[in-house]
Amino acid sequence: MHKIWIIIQREYLSRVIKKSFLVTTFLIPIAMVGITSTMIYMATRSEQRENIAVMDESGVFVDKLDTTSDAYTIKYIATSTESNDSILAKNDCDLLLHIYPFKNGAPDRFHLYKEGGVSLNTKQFISTQLDEIYRIKLMQEAGIDKSKIDSIDQSNIELTCYDVKNNQETHTEISTMVGYATGFLIYLVILIYGMGVMRGVSEEKTNRIAEVIISSVRPFQLMMGKIIGIALVGLTQFTLWLALTGLLHLFLPLFIPGLGLHSSLPIDQSALAQTTNTNSEMLSFLQALFAQNWLLIGACFLFYFLGGYFIYAAMFAAIGSLVNEDPQEAQQMTFPVTMPIIVAFFIMMSATRDPNSGLAIFGSMFPLTSPIVMMARIPYGIPTWQIVLSMLLLILGFVTLTWLSAKIYRTGILMYGKKPSWKEVFRWLRQG
Amino acid sequence: MLDIVSLKKYYATQRAVDDISFRVPKGAIFGLLGPNGAGKSSLLRMITGITMPDSGSILLDGEPFHLDKHSRDIGYMPEERGLYKRMKVEDQAMYLAQLKGLTRREAATKLNAWFQKLEMDSWRNKKVEDLSKGMSQKLQFVITVLHEPKLLILDEPFSGLDPVNSAIIKEEIHALAAQGTTIIFSTHRMEQVEEICKEIVLMNQGKLILEGDVMEVKKRFRQNKYHLEIDGELPEHPHLLCLRAGVYEAQFASQDEADEMIRYCLQNKIRISNYHEVLPSLQDIFIQFVEGKGGAARSFEKPIH
Repeated sequence: MHKIWIIIQREYLSRVIKKSFLVTTFLIPIAMVGITSTMIYMATRSEQRENIAVMDESGVFVDKLDTTSDAYTIKYIATSTESNDSILAKNDCDLLLHIYPFKNGAPDRFHLYKEGGVSLNTKQFISTQLDEIYRIKLMQEAGIDKSKIDSIDQSNIELTCYDVKNNQETHTEISTMVGYATGFLIYLVILIYGMGVMRGVSEEKTNRIAEVIISSVRPFQLMMGKIIGIALVGLTQFTLWLALTGLLHLFLPLFIPGLGLHSSLPIDQSALAQTTNTNSEMLSFLQALFAQNWLLIGACFLFYFLGGYFIYAAMFAAIGSLVNEDPQEAQQMTFPVTMPIIVAFFIMMSATRDPNSGLAIFGSMFPLTSPIVMMARIPYGIPTWQIVLSMLLLILGFVTLTWLSAKIYRTGILMYGKKPSWKEVFRWLRQG
Repeated sequence: MLDIVSLKKYYATQRAVDDISFRVPKGAIFGLLGPNGAGKSSLLRMITGITMPDSGSILLDGEPFHLDKHSRDIGYMPEERGLYKRMKVEDQAMYLAQLKGLTRREAATKLNAWFQKLEMDSWRNKKVEDLSKGMSQKLQFVITVLHEPKLLILDEPFSGLDPVNSAIIKEEIHALAAQGTTIIFSTHRMEQVEEICKEIVLMNQGKLILEGDVMEVKKRFRQNKYHLEIDGELPEHPHLLCLRAGVYEAQFASQDEADEMIRYCLQNKIRISNYHEVLPSLQDIFIQFVEGKGGAARSFEKPIH
């Protein structure tokens, strides 16, 4: 036991003290905060204002387009037969919206001209308004008056979902989000740190230090020491990421004004109304987020985080022990191990939409996929027996696969020269 | 000290070690000889507890060998050896010493002594990848002997060493043996064994084909070959080869013929300035032995670069 501890220490320290660890640990949260900040910053600053010239031959849309937007100026112009180019130049506009006369009372052609491509935002800005204005016109023609239309527009039926057992409100969107996020994180952890284990093992083999070490400790101790050491590296990195991201998000608005919720930029009435609206939505979203069973989710996340890593780590170690110098060889050999991880990822995606489908339930039980899939199901609230069974199966799978991997590992690590065939590897498994 | 009793290890395609028994006395420098692929490394891996024998037993001081118990008693320098490239020399040595069961303090004291003795003190903070091949082999040797093992197993210890460092390591091997360390020295370079070892076993195709004291083995395979230097000339004789004036090499059919020649010299008052028996080298013996048995050395493994 003492020796395995020495190995864990070396594996941990040799990775944590490295420059690349410090760089990724500190740069990733900074990059993440940087990206979100820039996005908020860009969103609060209006883009370059675009001038839209509207040439409405139908007469239906005149003076009806939204002029309150920061991003666009609308200018109605008289019908002209000049070329589109010269109309734009003459009116000093960037875009020309040409609405052709209605044919038999129905809308005909709507053309938007711009030098180069039209941005998606602009296209949406215009097309949703055209739609809306025409819809209102139709309803008014059908004899529905303006106030009625407004009340129709404001109708908003909200479907609230409850858990029949404890009569508590459930939040599908949040469950989906939490499930997807946690499942995705575990997927990343398995791939990143599993590959780390593989590289570590193949490094020991190609450096020819493996044989020196296993005349002092058992191969299993060396393998587990490495796996546990790297698990601790992963936990350290994750904790630091969480802490740093949190801290940065808290403190950044103090240094860069305008990034917080309350922007100092002048906001017009409707935008303000929108903001308060989003704020109350945000509030209920946050409330719902906090209402999640975080204790369960947190505990399960930790369990599947470690379980998922451990069940794959031993297999990655076994693959690492088969690989010689050739990195291309490593890629071929990892395929059978990365395959179930990728399959698990796809099952997880479908499970976030339908957590109780047969595939999702199977995926959350099968040890090779359960760490990723189960996390997608847990936020929806699933029977306890399923979680317990899945955890037991994962432990069982971990023990079995580690035992089998150790058999491959201890032979593979001493094989130099040619790459063993899968047939040979299976023989090592049988030899015991 | 070490008893190997009918040890066997069979792999699917070959009998790597096929019923081998021998005994290594305490303080001996014991040579394990054989061509590449003879089964030497397989045998050593069993003695060091890295692999388990299919049958047979290994006794260390009369006790069955067990890695957990005897790990500290054994120092093993495998043929395929190396170190963590990006680790510092000192950290590396400390780590491996601790895995052998030394405390940090013990390891540090012993390491200081060795580093000073072999003039390696200035390397401490270098990374292994910055060492030359010779330097890293020297470090590897220090790491192998640092925990003062009772049994030291060296597989091709001189490969990659220049003559100067070879001499240093050779000296250390003799010193350790003088202090009572038992040393097994495995190689396919037979001439090295003649210089260093007193006793040897010779392996081929997984089997032990020869064992004993180096001189005795050589005498067992003597071919009545003599080297003679005289002042004068000898008459023509079919067994006599004149290398240059006064220097002869003689290949006789029996000891009597050799005696006959000496008698001739004495009777004719020919002064003998040098006369000795030419014993076969271990290399010659091995080749003769294998050919005599009608067997062949197992095809050579490709060396790994």
